[in-house]
Parts: sequence; structure tokens; C-alpha cells
Amino acid sequence: MHSYLAAALGGILIGLASWLLLAGLGRVAGISGIACAALREHGGHAWWRWTFLLGLVAGGALFAHWLPAPELPARPPLLIAAAGLLVGFGSVRGSGCTSGHGVCGLGRRSLRSLVAVLTFMATAFLTVFLSTGPR
Amino acid sequence: MKPDSYYQHLLPRPTTPARLLGGLVLAFLAGLLFALGLVLSGMTQPAKVIGFLNLAGMLQGEFPGRWDPSLAFVMGGAVLVTLLAFRLTPPNARHPHRRPWLGSHFELPAQDRIDAPLLQGAAIFGVGWGLAGYCPGPALASLLLGSPEAWIFVPAMLAGMWLARHLQR
Repeated sequence: MHSYLAAALGGILIGLASWLLLAGLGRVAGISGIACAALREHGGHAWWRWTFLLGLVAGGALFAHWLPAPELPARPPLLIAAAGLLVGFGSVRGSGCTSGHGVCGLGRRSLRSLVAVLTFMATAFLTVFLSTGPR
Repeated sequence: MKPDSYYQHLLPRPTTPARLLGGLVLAFLAGLLFALGLVLSGMTQPAKVIGFLNLAGMLQGEFPGRWDPSLAFVMGGAVLVTLLAFRLTPPNARHPHRRPWLGSHFELPAQDRIDAPLLQGAAIFGVGWGLAGYCPGPALASLLLGSPEAWIFVPAMLAGMWLARHLQR
């Protein structure tokens, strides 16, 4: 399958998963928000976050087994840790990530989310430009 | 006295064990489907994400050069569906009393201000995303793939979330 087609199909499935969560539970599928609140909120009304995350982790392993990705050269652990710290910090301070502001926020036609998406795309482009240089 | 049936929809919907269990199963299935989308689209491959973020690669060779535009199709496909979803599913002026199948009510973000934390947070998020090529969903979906990277990234991400919450107070 051409990678553009696989990307578009994958995107449609991500959209459908978000729709399922919206129609079934009335919730927005923002991964950073779900992960953050799963650790904070307790009680039966909060358990759905854990089963969603379980599905995400289990599904990732299951489907990557069927659709294997090329191996990556190892990268410095410190770089990965710093990136994780920035992603976690930024997603909570900015109230969302690629799914919450991107997939759902744009779908809700929220101007706030559009501004967030344009901002993180810009700094991500800039970061890749500065860290890899023109290859 | 029984409540007037006309107002029935305004009462909070009681949480029955069946509805709670149904909600947990539905959320699990949504997580599975989300993961399938991430894996199929290439979002769980950091090299592909960085290839998309490498705009300068466009200048190398014939268009699109070394730039990999495929991830734009992921966002395009996903947003196409959520535009429909958010138009058709939540309550609106004509149907103000809609409720989700298994939840008690729709809980959508109410905040619409474009403020400093939003811009700072998004800017910082983008730097982290560009550095490693992982955002939260793909990082979590990669936990059981045998690569140590997700096991470094995810705890660091949770620490970053914790830090941001504590600075807000």
C-alpha cells in the first residue's frame, strides 16, 4: 500500500476512534489529557481512561506485530528523556497534544486549538531544522 | 409521584453496572482502534515523524525531495472524520438534550481563550515532539514493542505532566 494511502486510512481510523469515544462516553479523545487525568482521578466514572489506555498500549503491540516498522538506530537516552519531559510539560501547560488539539480540536473548529496546532507545528519544524540541519 | 416524563431527559442519568461495564469495554475498543490508526499511518515510527517535520528536505531533489508529506494525510483523514463527528454527535440548538450512549453527559472543552499558557505549552510540546518524533499517543502505543525508547520517553513525559500541574498552582 502506498504510504500516503496508509497514512490517510490510519488517520480515518484515528478519527473514528475519537468519534466512538465521543458518541459512547461523550468525551474528547485527547491522549495527554486522558493519561494525565487517569493518574489523578479515582472512582468508577474515571476507570474508562485506564481501559482506553490499555487498548492503546495493547493495540500498539498487536498491530505493530502485523505491520512491522523498520528498526531505528539507537538514539541517546538523554535526548529521549528530555523530549519526553518537554512533551509532557507542554501538553499539560498547553491543555492538549496532537490528538486533543489536532484531531479533536480542529474537528470542533476551535480557534484555540488551531492556534495551538500551528504553534507546535512551527516549533517542531524549527527543532528538526536546527537539530538535523539540511541533510 | 413519578417525574413528568417530559423532563426525564434533564435528570442525571443513573450509572448502572451494565452501563459502567459497557463504557469500559467501549473505551478499550476505542483505544485499540486508535492504536491501529497510529500504527497503520506510521505515527509510531519516529523516523517517519521527523521525516515529515523536516521541511527543509523539500529542497533536496525533485519535490517532495527528502520531505515525507505522508503524515499530513494522517491529520487530514482524522480531521475529516472528527469534523463530521462533532457536527453530528454532541447536543446542538435543534437537539439540546442528546446524551452519549453510555455516559451521563457530553463533556467537551469549554475554554476558548488564547492565552499565554496555551502558547507556551504548545511551543514547548513542539520542541519535544521534534526532538524525538514521539507525541503522547504513539509513545504509549510503542510501550510493548521491545524498544527501550518508549520506556524512557513515557516516564519522562509523566514527570513533565506532573511538573506542569504543580507549577499551575
